[in-house]
Amino acid sequence: MKLKYFSAPYLVWMIIFILVPLLMIGFFALTDDEGFTLKYVSDVGQYANIFVRSIWLSLVATAICLVVAYPVSFILSRMEKHKQGTMLMIVMLPMWMNFLLRTYAWMTLLGNNGIINHLLGLADLGPYKLINTSGAVVLGMVYNYLPFMILPLYSVMVKIDNSLFEAASDLGCSSRQTLFRVIIPLSVPGITSGVTMVFVPAISTFIISRMLGGGSNLLIGDLIEMQFLGNAYNPHLGAAISLVLMVIILVIMTVMNQFDPDDQVLM
Amino acid sequence: MKKLGKIYLVLVLLFLYVPIFVLIVFSFNETKSRSVFSGFTLDWYKRLFHNRIIISSLINTIIIASIASVVSTILGTFAAIGINSMRKVPKAVVMNITNMPIINPEIVTGVSLMLLFVFFAARMNLEFGFVTLLIAHITFDVPYVILNVMPKFNQMDPHLYEAAQDLGCSPFKAFRKVVLPEIMPGVVSGFLMSFTYSLDDFVVSYFTTGSTSQTLPITIYSMTRRKVSPEINALSTLIFIAVVIVLLVKNAIENKAAGKNGAKED
Repeated sequence: MKLKYFSAPYLVWMIIFILVPLLMIGFFALTDDEGFTLKYVSDVGQYANIFVRSIWLSLVATAICLVVAYPVSFILSRMEKHKQGTMLMIVMLPMWMNFLLRTYAWMTLLGNNGIINHLLGLADLGPYKLINTSGAVVLGMVYNYLPFMILPLYSVMVKIDNSLFEAASDLGCSSRQTLFRVIIPLSVPGITSGVTMVFVPAISTFIISRMLGGGSNLLIGDLIEMQFLGNAYNPHLGAAISLVLMVIILVIMTVMNQFDPDDQVLM
Repeated sequence: MKKLGKIYLVLVLLFLYVPIFVLIVFSFNETKSRSVFSGFTLDWYKRLFHNRIIISSLINTIIIASIASVVSTILGTFAAIGINSMRKVPKAVVMNITNMPIINPEIVTGVSLMLLFVFFAARMNLEFGFVTLLIAHITFDVPYVILNVMPKFNQMDPHLYEAAQDLGCSPFKAFRKVVLPEIMPGVVSGFLMSFTYSLDDFVVSYFTTGSTSQTLPITIYSMTRRKVSPEINALSTLIFIAVVIVLLVKNAIENKAAGKNGAKED
């Protein structure tokens, strides 16, 4: 018996449960009861403002994650070897909590009667409207996905040898030049995979926007969810929105990979 | 400079942990207030243990995660063996499709499976619930098993399997004695990964579940949609403690293994 036949059961599974469902999205997006139509795809245009908001908020969240995570990963990668494992575990531990609970934590912190407004009240400030704002949505994204940025950055940086920094300074680099000419170029694969791992879940979330954004900060995810499980039941439109979402992600990822010299995205 | 780095690290850790600790502290609060701690109580824990919906969805989650991870480990390991011996082009095609559930946003995976199940439900006697959840979980678990097992083949000498057969092993024995030990670490990490993903999954489950079968994340979600209840805080505390214990055990095992390997090398 040839080894390649071992994969037969999986191939059947893959075709039925991965390939066919994805093709069904394309099929639903491009047909109605009568046949082929571009109606639903062009209907997506009505929601341009939601698409712009989703892309903008998730880009902001990704940028904040990158800026916050970069020094964290660098500091971690320069620690003594035996401390690194423990510190990495401490950084990643909140990720193991269900993300609904992590988002719920911020719901209670940011609420109008929440602890932040209470503490501000003690100092005669506020109450401020913290929850149900786009800022709260970005905060929720950063909080939930920050470790997704730290991990790939760390795994690239840990391979950079300290002697490279010494060599750079021996050759006359200032520490700023070392950063821009040595550290950042060497960590590009980590940056691209970190950005992917934050941006994709951020742009497609519907939980964070629902729990922290109130009704006024709908994202693409909310829009899709409403077409399938909400009152607006319309799987054709929902499939069309999903299709456009996949295309947007594909385009942004292709642009990202242009920056990656080795073309290797660590997923 | 070093000091500055330490302060920065502490600030980021505070950002990551303070919300969780606030949740934990308020799980012991006498009143439902989210901002004033008025007195210590264990009432919310008592209520949690008497909440039948939570207990049954917890059991459901564990059953689904166990079955899904075992099935996907077997399916994925055999798949990896087969894919590894494919020619270049079919291999690339299969791997690209396998990567889909990982690269695609979860909501797209969930919605696509929902479309398929709606199609089947209309034509066959398929109900949204346990079966659809299980199929969905296996579907997003298998790729993680394959991605964990495949690299182990690249590290392995491809002729070992043939050599074992030349030396008189039956194909099955050669597989069990030669191939399996080599790929075992990948199989184990694939299994653990798919088990944790299954336990934790909300988005895909949300689109593929029915009213008959709820998982814990779905129950948590409906709890957060309703009134404020410190039961969620109590549940978070217990999950946090469980996570800490699991990670400490995992760390201890890894350190022990590393120690052993180190001793061998000396």
